[in-house]
Amino acid sequence: MITRFLWQGMGPSLRAAVLFVLAIGIILPLLNQLMPAGSTFYVPAWVLQLIGKYLCFASLALAVDLVWGFCGILTLGHAAFFALGGYCMGMYLMRQIGSRGQYGNPLLPDFMVFLNYKELPWFWHGFDQFWFAAIMIVLVPSLLALALGWFAFRSRVTGVYLSIITQAMTFALMLAFFRNDMGLGGNNGMTDFKDILGFSVQSDATRATLCFASALVLAIFLVISAAVVGSRFGKALTAVRDAESRMRFLGYRVEGYKLFVFVLSAAMAGVAGALYVPQVGIINPSEFSPGNSIEAVLWVAVGGRGTLIGPIIGAFAVNFGKTYLTGALPEVWLFALGALFIAVTLFLPKGIVGLWAQVRKARAPA
Amino acid sequence: MFFLRLLAGVSSALAAVVIAATAWAADLQTLVTNLTTGSFGDRETAIGALAASGDARAAPILEALGAGQLYLRKADNVVVIGKPDGNQLALTEAVSGKPAGTGSEAELDRVRVNNRLRGVIEAAVGSLTLMSPDARVRRGAADSLFKRPDPAALGALDAAIAAEKDARIKTAFQEARAAVVLVSDAPKQDKLAALDVVRDKGNRDALSVLQAAINSASDPEIKAAATAAAASVRQSLAAWEAAQNVWYGISLGSVLLLAAIGLAITFGTMGVINMAHGEMVMLGAYTTFVVQDIIRTSFPHLFDASLVIALPLAFVVAGVVGIAIERGIIRFLYGRPLDTLLATWGLSLVLQQAVRSIFGPSNREVGAPAFMSGAFQLGQLTITYGRLWIVVFSLLVFATLILVLRKTPLGLYMRAVTQNRPMASAMGIRTPRVDALTFGLGSGIAGLAGVALSQIDNVSPNLGQGYIIDSFMVVVFGGVGNLFGTLVGATALGIVNKFLEPYAGAVLGKILVLVFIILFIQRRPRGLFALKGRAVE
Amino acid sequence: MSMTEHRSTSALLYLSGVTVSFDGFKALNNLSLLVEPGEMRAIIGPNGAGKTTMMDVVTGKTRPDEGEVVFDGKADLTKLDESDIATLGIGRKFQKPTVFENHTVRDNLLLALAGLRSWYKLLLAAPTKAENNRLAEILSIIRMEAQQHMLAARLSHGQKQWLEIGMLLAQDPKLLLVDEPVAGMTDVETETTAQVLREINKTHSVVVVEHDMSFVRALGVKVTVLHEGSMLAEGTLDQVSADQRVVEVYLGR
Repeated sequence: MITRFLWQGMGPSLRAAVLFVLAIGIILPLLNQLMPAGSTFYVPAWVLQLIGKYLCFASLALAVDLVWGFCGILTLGHAAFFALGGYCMGMYLMRQIGSRGQYGNPLLPDFMVFLNYKELPWFWHGFDQFWFAAIMIVLVPSLLALALGWFAFRSRVTGVYLSIITQAMTFALMLAFFRNDMGLGGNNGMTDFKDILGFSVQSDATRATLCFASALVLAIFLVISAAVVGSRFGKALTAVRDAESRMRFLGYRVEGYKLFVFVLSAAMAGVAGALYVPQVGIINPSEFSPGNSIEAVLWVAVGGRGTLIGPIIGAFAVNFGKTYLTGALPEVWLFALGALFIAVTLFLPKGIVGLWAQVRKARAPA
Repeated sequence: MFFLRLLAGVSSALAAVVIAATAWAADLQTLVTNLTTGSFGDRETAIGALAASGDARAAPILEALGAGQLYLRKADNVVVIGKPDGNQLALTEAVSGKPAGTGSEAELDRVRVNNRLRGVIEAAVGSLTLMSPDARVRRGAADSLFKRPDPAALGALDAAIAAEKDARIKTAFQEARAAVVLVSDAPKQDKLAALDVVRDKGNRDALSVLQAAINSASDPEIKAAATAAAASVRQSLAAWEAAQNVWYGISLGSVLLLAAIGLAITFGTMGVINMAHGEMVMLGAYTTFVVQDIIRTSFPHLFDASLVIALPLAFVVAGVVGIAIERGIIRFLYGRPLDTLLATWGLSLVLQQAVRSIFGPSNREVGAPAFMSGAFQLGQLTITYGRLWIVVFSLLVFATLILVLRKTPLGLYMRAVTQNRPMASAMGIRTPRVDALTFGLGSGIAGLAGVALSQIDNVSPNLGQGYIIDSFMVVVFGGVGNLFGTLVGATALGIVNKFLEPYAGAVLGKILVLVFIILFIQRRPRGLFALKGRAVE
Repeated sequence: MSMTEHRSTSALLYLSGVTVSFDGFKALNNLSLLVEPGEMRAIIGPNGAGKTTMMDVVTGKTRPDEGEVVFDGKADLTKLDESDIATLGIGRKFQKPTVFENHTVRDNLLLALAGLRSWYKLLLAAPTKAENNRLAEILSIIRMEAQQHMLAARLSHGQKQWLEIGMLLAQDPKLLLVDEPVAGMTDVETETTAQVLREINKTHSVVVVEHDMSFVRALGVKVTVLHEGSMLAEGTLDQVSADQRVVEVYLGR
């Protein structure tokens, strides 16, 4: 039953997409590991790091698309779930540093020594174990989404109201995480990680593995999303998006549908964030900034909302542009980003995937 | 009869001062010399003696001593006052007040004081300056005596009270006298009367005077009376503190109102969420900066009018940009509120970056005109003129807007289009034009808000960012489409915020307010003042 | 009327003393109404008489300030929300056809099909044989087998009406509320609609809200006249037409 569930949504293009993502995640790390540094086919570690980052962003975009594209909930707070997952991973990585920190305290991370903590805050316990951190990475964002969604969906907060509330949520979290007495590193967040599962985070082999893991997770998320969207649940979900009150009059408990997909999506964002942190080597409160969430929405819009491949294309395209522009013409980047928001909503509401479909349709009769 | 007694009182007090002055004048030299010798204890006595001399020349000497500027010249043992003058010190003979050339630190011995002596000196100077011709100095003397009551000053205070013409300063003297009486060995009745006077003063200083009286009182009756008085002061202080918080809350509320009111129009009546609303506020603030910059360089005498000149300009700048946004972007997105949200967010990024490119990323200085600087005291409340004017201004903007909506054709059209767009259109109202003007009006008001906010916030490209969530919360809390709801919502949220701050801290307070609003929307999805009925569906 | 009394009535839908006010304006004012099982009832009244508000109250969209609304002799509708009420067996057809435009005709019917509603069951459910048979049956009733895989957005207006009727059949409610079904229709279409409703009435109870007198006449059922939120008259169309107050309300304005 589970396999049937998982494969029910997989059309040929989706299968291709999953295979392509997996291919990236396998071939690039292998080229890095097996080819000699001078070879034309050698992939340097920074490329792996970049691709790994993009893959995490693509997972985040997919999560955003699941709630926005398929359920009509424009979330402006998904970066919060991403960051929470990241913080859980950060806490694990901090505990792995052990006595190798600047202050050499075997139990307390450096920033706690610096802030005169005498003992580990209660919520840091358990994070020395990877399995515990892994559970938290899924659980913490899910619970937040559950709490927020429970209140919001039950009271039928929809549309821009919901969007602003999600933005307020991530804004409030950002303010909270900036505080030193949160016990999570305050302004500076967490960095200077050493090991993950006993392997150095700096080594090429670890980077290659993390890149592969990011691709694998994205592929799994694609399969799960396709299954959810392709099920009868998915049909009901898009119906809720298009005509919520009609669904109520048909007897559907709309809240349950929204809540499930919102929580699932938050968990996906959390996992993406957790994979992101060891690859960039830092997590700090700016990850919560409202701009990050809304940028993730833009990836989806650019790629094509309501499709599963769209967000992945969008995340790669926009972030490639960002990497290029912030390096070459930093002044221009925000202009370009702003213009992209306007252009996509005005001229390309279905994104690149929609454009592709249009082009194909235009060619077909000829 | 009464007049005679008064005359007698005044003349005897005057006589006392005159006698004291003549008796001690000759000894000023001795008294000053005493300041520089002996232990700290001896010097304290000397300071007291100098203060008791009532000599007008004593005040600058004591002030110099307190400031560490009194020196003994090694060469001739003359006491001099040295004020820094380049690398050297400009010297004045302490007793005669004659200039005594310059000298370096090496040639001089500084007369050293400790913290305890500084306190004594402050009190002594206080009593000496009671007779100063400058009302502000007398007032300051009364205050410092109140804070550090010195029994030796009792005579001087009595004389000063008798001579004082200004009723307020006289009250201050009497309060100081009461404080002095409490530390003196005056009879019990006097002390009890003094307790009442101190209690009536009712501020924090009064509380510490009363606390000292409680600690030092040996008589149980005085102790009880002082305790009661302290309790009453505490109670009134708590009330004043609440009042102060309410004022801060109203002040914050007025800022929220200014920022939200434009949004209330665009979101409330048009259903369009403009994420670049905060940037309209920012444009208003930068308009103010540009206006002030031009005035500073070209018409400096107009500086005090700079904000008044900036107001219409900010309204026009933000309004025109608003109309351009509506015509250029938003009108293509009606019926797609979420897309409008994204497009206007993109626009806000463009506007921020544009301002950053033109004016630079750092904060810009916008000065306060004279009528907005300073503060006044209302009971125990300190009210700054700047904040007061912003409160007044926000109410003016609000009232004007209500008038515009109720009394002008534009207002009529706006309401008509809000209520029933197809019908308004059928009746010949050009709805696109009304949309553009509505949006322009909302944006223009945001520009006005920017002028006011330039006075209390950093004028930077990020100025507007923080306001969009707050404004939205205010509009939602008050009830969408209801301007009075926005007024009440802004004030209520402002006050709640300020009352939470002392307990929860500013950040946690903000978070609590956000959580509160989320829960509130749960209870009343349509806000505080909901429009009910089918029309709002 | 006491609680025990109405519970013993056989009425399918029972409204007693229902009052709804919006900002002081009473949209419904002490309205009482009984609909028997198997009955078809027409509700008429001038604009603002409270017809749509009454539907909103019955379907759970609006909560009454006062009064009782009981379905099938046991369920207190004032305590339930839209989806509960729909699950109990009250269907609603809106004036404007509302189908799911981004779904195929078949999926529209599948969504409406009585039965599975909870999200966790739908995640893993495949359509059963019984469901497929029922879908085929309905598709043939509404004569849309050929279009079953077409997106609803691409249907004509008339086809959407038919699809919506099919969805109501699929939902199979005990009581069907129909809001102004013939607004903007030609005479022929009006007559067809009346036929369809009579057909549906053979197996379901129906409440029709309508302005159009000729349509109400064509239905030939008991009529309730609403005015200013209260019941003004009840009876056959001829009876209420003869009622002096009804004439005043309709012609006096």
